[in-house]
Amino acid sequence: MTQSEPLLEVDDLAVEFRTDEGVVKAVDGASFTVDRGEIVGVVGESGSGKSVTAMSILGLVKSGRRAGGTIRFRGRDLGALPAKELRSIRGGEIAMIFQDPMTALNPVVTIGRQIVEALRLHDKKLAKGAARDRAIELLALVGMPDAAARFRQYPHEFSGGMRQRAMIAMAIANGPSLLIADEPTTALDVTIQAQVLDLLKVAQQETQAATLLITHDLGVVAELADRVVVMYAGRVVEQGDVITVFTEPRHPYTVGLLESLPRLDRDVDELHPIPGSPPSLLAPPPGCPFHPRCPLARDRCRTERPPLRAVGAAHHSACHFAEELAAVVPTEVTR
Amino acid sequence: MAAFVVRRILVNIVVFILIGIGVFLLVRAAPGDPVRMMIRPEDLQEGSEGFIQARRAELGLDDPVLVQYGRWFLDAVTGDLGSSFISREPVSGLLLERLGPTVLLMSTALGIALLIAIPLGTIAAVRRNTGVDYAAAALSLGVISVPSFFLGIVAIYLFSLQLGWLPSSGMSTPGGGGGADILEHLIMPAAILGLAAAGPLTRYVRGSLIDELSADYVRTAEAKGGSPVRVVGRHALRNSLIPLITIVMINIPQMLAGAVVLEQVFAWPGMGQLAVRAVNTQDYPVIVGFALYVAALVLICNLLADLAYAVVDPRVKVT
Amino acid sequence: MSDLRPSLDTPDVAAAEVAVAVDAAGGGPRSGRRSPRAMAARRFRRNRVAVGGAIFLVLILVVAVFAPLIANHSPYAVDLGAIRQPPSGDHWLGTDASGRDVFARLVYAARVSLLVGVAAALLAVVVGTLVGAVAGLFGGWIDTLLMRTADMMLSFPNIVVVIVLAGLLGPSIPILVIAIAAAEWPTAARLVRGVTLAVREREYLHAARVAGASRGWLLRKHIVPAAMGQIVVVGTISVAGAILSEAVLSFLGLGVQPPQASWGNMLNDAQSLTVIQSMPWLWLPPGLAIAATVLSVNFVGDGLRDAVDPRQSGRS
Repeated sequence: MTQSEPLLEVDDLAVEFRTDEGVVKAVDGASFTVDRGEIVGVVGESGSGKSVTAMSILGLVKSGRRAGGTIRFRGRDLGALPAKELRSIRGGEIAMIFQDPMTALNPVVTIGRQIVEALRLHDKKLAKGAARDRAIELLALVGMPDAAARFRQYPHEFSGGMRQRAMIAMAIANGPSLLIADEPTTALDVTIQAQVLDLLKVAQQETQAATLLITHDLGVVAELADRVVVMYAGRVVEQGDVITVFTEPRHPYTVGLLESLPRLDRDVDELHPIPGSPPSLLAPPPGCPFHPRCPLARDRCRTERPPLRAVGAAHHSACHFAEELAAVVPTEVTR
Repeated sequence: MAAFVVRRILVNIVVFILIGIGVFLLVRAAPGDPVRMMIRPEDLQEGSEGFIQARRAELGLDDPVLVQYGRWFLDAVTGDLGSSFISREPVSGLLLERLGPTVLLMSTALGIALLIAIPLGTIAAVRRNTGVDYAAAALSLGVISVPSFFLGIVAIYLFSLQLGWLPSSGMSTPGGGGGADILEHLIMPAAILGLAAAGPLTRYVRGSLIDELSADYVRTAEAKGGSPVRVVGRHALRNSLIPLITIVMINIPQMLAGAVVLEQVFAWPGMGQLAVRAVNTQDYPVIVGFALYVAALVLICNLLADLAYAVVDPRVKVT
Repeated sequence: MSDLRPSLDTPDVAAAEVAVAVDAAGGGPRSGRRSPRAMAARRFRRNRVAVGGAIFLVLILVVAVFAPLIANHSPYAVDLGAIRQPPSGDHWLGTDASGRDVFARLVYAARVSLLVGVAAALLAVVVGTLVGAVAGLFGGWIDTLLMRTADMMLSFPNIVVVIVLAGLLGPSIPILVIAIAAAEWPTAARLVRGVTLAVREREYLHAARVAGASRGWLLRKHIVPAAMGQIVVVGTISVAGAILSEAVLSFLGLGVQPPQASWGNMLNDAQSLTVIQSMPWLWLPPGLAIAATVLSVNFVGDGLRDAVDPRQSGRS
């Protein structure tokens, strides 16, 4: 394994769901990479396929079907692994943090036992007592006051923020090299969100794990991520390092997202939500999926699907007219 | 917790009294003269009118309804449910001596029902829309559609009369006895009663497990690296079995209905057999006693359902 | 029944909301599409098991209506010279203990069994709908009282209730119908109450209430139409329960009284081992008739449930 090989490599991933009305292409040819130790933010509206992509990595998409593409982790094709080997990676080298800590923890099992389970699933020789000590250590590490007492409590006795802390403790239990956080702060109160984000930073530093951060919140990405992947209608429309993408966006959708952000230095009147709504994934528009909402759209966009192509150093966009944006876009967007 | 228990018990006592009044009024509204019923028609000669009047007075049937109710209620709460019109034995004694066989039959059947429903419902939920699932659905629908007394007759025909494997009636062989003997008599009625109860329970286990399997915490357990058996068994099933306790409690009275019928088919000496005989002979005190026993059983099961749920589910905080 | 249960209310209300949503879709701006009723009918027709059940029921119904034309004997003609005869060319299913033709009795019994089943289910549904609507519309202590009563009835074992009622009031067909309906109405009541609450939540009804609509108008114009699909489902499944109850009670001698024939009382003879052993023609046909009819009703009921609300479906 060479140093240049990415830790995670998602290539042309496609995931479909069968519904009564037809086949929904939730992910339609998404590609991106995650390097060792870096934090990659995946942003997009709901329905953009970002969560399905995250779930696909560990094969946790239940009703959907992998329709194509590969997901490689340390060079191994995760889709081709035998079930048992995939299970040893789940919660071991790759761990997940889910969106809603209210429902993601088993309501009838104590927090402690759920963490102990994570530990002992990946270390069969770990004695119960040692696992318990380690679990309490983990709870203390994620900032749980009185961890030993909390160990014996049930999820309903925890606040939302505390549950997410427990969830993070469980995720880092086995020292993963990749953490997938699916909207880790969305379900939480605003005041708690900042604490959990700080904790994610701490956890990332503690474990040196690469992190794939799925979110619809550009602010979260700006604060935490090194690189950003923008998804729309099941495809990656732009990716690059955070500062480049935020200051020199090269896809009209990204521009729209950035303009729809409320900002302190602008009047509220000047908010520009993206007109229109995300396309139906049952019958996606031909050509570029964004064209019905795009101010730059012209005939070519309606017929020809734009490929993801380099538009700068480590900066990619899937827009036929990416270069035109260089002239248009104001270049000061940070939180 | 204690306040909750006390409150529920009080509510149930009130309901029990109301049921008592209802049953009493029904008996009063019932046609036919119980005293005449006690005398064989051929003995009913012209001169016996005086005797009937005397018996009516003796039994207190000529007093005002309210007086009769008060007397009956006071007796009932002290455990005196009167005497059978037919055998003249105290009703409480009659019912109590038949309680044991009925409880034995029902508890065995319940065990069989759970042994069928939990594994079958689980497999049907996990292997949805496969042969096993369809078979489970067919079985569930079948056992709620075929009357259990008919199944009982078919079973007697096959296993007792054709194959000679099992006794067809009673609880023990006259002169014989012992555990093995009772067990042989128990198998058929308990299996049929259990099978009938397993139908709805299997549906329930399947349905609730399917709901649980789509829950977020199940995905978490998978993301942790849990095996399918562990994810289903330790996580999803655990959650779906908690409400099952309640469902089972609610189902116990329904099983009693099945037991009443099967006791008749298999001549099992339980409360149901006694009740059917009492109804056919218009032995009102026994019918009333039976109705009150059933009411008590239903109320106790309801109470236990609430309490069991409160005790088992850590989320339920009782105030 | 309690505040703790894995709330029995939830499925009702969820189902009710679906019903209301379906109702709204019918009259809403999308009414250009197929109506929910037409879609339900289409889903039902595609369900082969349910259609098979329906065909069988129609067959039984035809048999019941044309019983005199189908049977080649009177069901009441006693022939003491030919008791318990095995099936023959003349007596297709043999004769019973009084020498009556078993086939004729089987055919005539279909009338009684279906009549009792349908009448009891109908009565239960009507009473249940009224009680549920009253509980939902008035709310407060009336709601509590009615629903507690319904829960109580629901937790009592049907057959035992019917045995006690039939036992105390004497066996007869009207008593039988009333007793079975008394045990079956709470299901419909819970359903309709759920729908009523969901309907009440709907904005247009707030408007209707403000406009001075009477409760009777609400019931006829909004609640019943919204609940209709599910009422039909509950009613159908009640028919299955009612036919079974009739069979059990008549089997125990508490239902339909001889000489009138019902499938249940025809099985009454099979309480003797001799009959079970050597005269299967006496108990096998009525038993199979009950099983096949109830199974068909349940097939139709399940099919209707899936058709009315695919999301509530047992399989998905």
